[in-house]
Amino acid sequence: MDLLEYQGKQLFARHGLEISEGRAVTTVEDAVAAANELGYPVVVKAQVLVGGRGKAGGVKLAGDEAEAREHATNILGLDIKGHIVHTLWIEKASDIETEYYASVLLDRSAKKPLVMFSLEGGVDIEEVAEKTPEKLIKRNVDPLVGLTKDEALEIVKTAGVPDDVQDGVAGILVALYEVWIEEDATLAEINPLIITPDRKAKALDAKVSLDESALFRHKENAELRYTQGEDEQEKTAREKGITYVALDGDIGILGNGAGLVMSTLDVVAQAGGSPANFLDAGGGSDADKITEATQVILSNPNVKAVLFNIFGGITRCDEVANGLVEAFNRLKPTVPFVVRLDGTNDVAGREILEKAALPNVYPAKTMLGAAEQVVALAKENS
Amino acid sequence: MSVLVGNDTKLAVAGITGREGSFHTLNNRKYGTNVVGGINPKKAGENVEGIPVFADWETTVKETGANTAMIFVPPPFAAASALEAAAAGVEVVIIITEGIPAHDELKLYNQVKRDYPNTRLVGPNCPGILSPGKANVGIIPASFFKEGNVGVVSRSGTLTYQIGNELAQKGFGNSSIVGIGGDPVPGSSFVDIIELFEQDDQTELIVMSGEIGGSAEEEAAEYIAENVKKPVVAYIAGFTAPAGKQMGHAGAIVSGSAGTAKAKQEALEAKGVRVGRTPTETAEIAMEIIGA
Repeated sequence: MDLLEYQGKQLFARHGLEISEGRAVTTVEDAVAAANELGYPVVVKAQVLVGGRGKAGGVKLAGDEAEAREHATNILGLDIKGHIVHTLWIEKASDIETEYYASVLLDRSAKKPLVMFSLEGGVDIEEVAEKTPEKLIKRNVDPLVGLTKDEALEIVKTAGVPDDVQDGVAGILVALYEVWIEEDATLAEINPLIITPDRKAKALDAKVSLDESALFRHKENAELRYTQGEDEQEKTAREKGITYVALDGDIGILGNGAGLVMSTLDVVAQAGGSPANFLDAGGGSDADKITEATQVILSNPNVKAVLFNIFGGITRCDEVANGLVEAFNRLKPTVPFVVRLDGTNDVAGREILEKAALPNVYPAKTMLGAAEQVVALAKENS
Repeated sequence: MSVLVGNDTKLAVAGITGREGSFHTLNNRKYGTNVVGGINPKKAGENVEGIPVFADWETTVKETGANTAMIFVPPPFAAASALEAAAAGVEVVIIITEGIPAHDELKLYNQVKRDYPNTRLVGPNCPGILSPGKANVGIIPASFFKEGNVGVVSRSGTLTYQIGNELAQKGFGNSSIVGIGGDPVPGSSFVDIIELFEQDDQTELIVMSGEIGGSAEEEAAEYIAENVKKPVVAYIAGFTAPAGKQMGHAGAIVSGSAGTAKAKQEALEAKGVRVGRTPTETAEIAMEIIGA
């Protein structure tokens, strides 16, 4: 779960990291009031879950009320790479002498936390890693011990941070690691980490991703979920406990198990089709869940045909068939369905479908055959 | 032989009294797996259809000689139970539970490695291990598989059944089918399981089924080139997955340009591992290599 900049900064502040004073607002009037209260100059910053805000005109300095109003008006509603700006963060402007980069993330390969630091801040770090990897210091941390101040000092010294700010920057690294551990984050990044003219270190930006699986022990963080930018179908699916990802094609997909669904999307694409979604009905789905999942798929107006690809293990094919029959009763879909049922209780499932004689439902024997058929039907229907 | 579970397996199950836990434990026993006990601190002294329930892992191991653990307890407590099993001396700890916090997995993995190096973790968020004709530990529907010479290792449950089924239709059986799970910090990686298959005399061909996210497939490619003489066929899911979106499994996410299906396919092919475009083609390649 990705957090907006200002939410990330609130977590930072909770762990003693230095941030600039600011206000989150959603209207121009509130933006102007916040700017007046903070005192000029302020920075008006778009709050979206995507990088490259500055280049897209989503971050502007305002020297007075007129400028604050102008920038807030322009940035609210702005489309940044498909993300519409609904929220602004109005922040007291900082004097910047130097920009660094710092992050803590999960190193899946080493199976350890990874601390990264660079003197090259304020730029795209993937580019630094690719073009000048020697400028990006990386250190794995023993998760049973944590990041010690000595280790943090070693990192900043190796990077070449000037003597007088080494302690401050190392302190930020230790606090950032604490944020990562205690908030159950998968990523905690500061870019840029700035040094001010009075030689203080400070987090000017915040990028934090939290582990969804750990939200049960962080009730207050669960409320930070940013739903304004969320796709309508994704939102409905999440509320119903269905794993759904919206895609931009026209073939609705339902399968059981994440790997099989991913594979189904690929096979449909190879057959010349374009999937409208990823939907994992999960292990042991009962008829109700299948009905609800069908509803989510059909609520996307782009869908021209639907493919059910089920290989039953815990999931029983008769339950899937019953769910589909119920979905037809309730929703009366007009698009064709291709249904492949294999595995646990597949014979019973196919019998249920045959008996129900649903209009526009085509049984398929294999995954490959099913994919080819649904692609052909989607083309006919468009 | 087979890998990790077989005729010597003595299985104990944490979470045996739960709905899913008891259902699958009894299924495993019905298949022929030697189930010796279960754990639930609140129900010690009771039994599940004759399987004795103990208060903790230490007692279970002492009383039954259990050498294999299956963890079915809910996410908040699963890592602690797995650690307890390792501390009690259990050699193979298989974690079925989905939704364990990534940090719990991270600490569990590192602590087991440091303090209990003789214990092997498999999972979390995995379907378990099936050695056809010998033992089934987990939720893999055993009826689709028979004994044979193909070792399968996979990050996904149902995709394993799909590929296993395609292989079965071509007449192949399996030495073992190992689900390593779809989480970011799996206890065993492709490399760990491929190493076991390489040493296993029943296994003549290895099929690995990977997916987007992380770099375990790339690491497997390197390892295979250096260390594996047996033929390996791979399948990768997630070519159409958009960057930054988690595709069901917690570990199945393309981060920036890292972890794409294409990169994994290229890494494997560069090391001479053939990669099937579909589960069907994967089985066909296996057929070409060793015949039925």
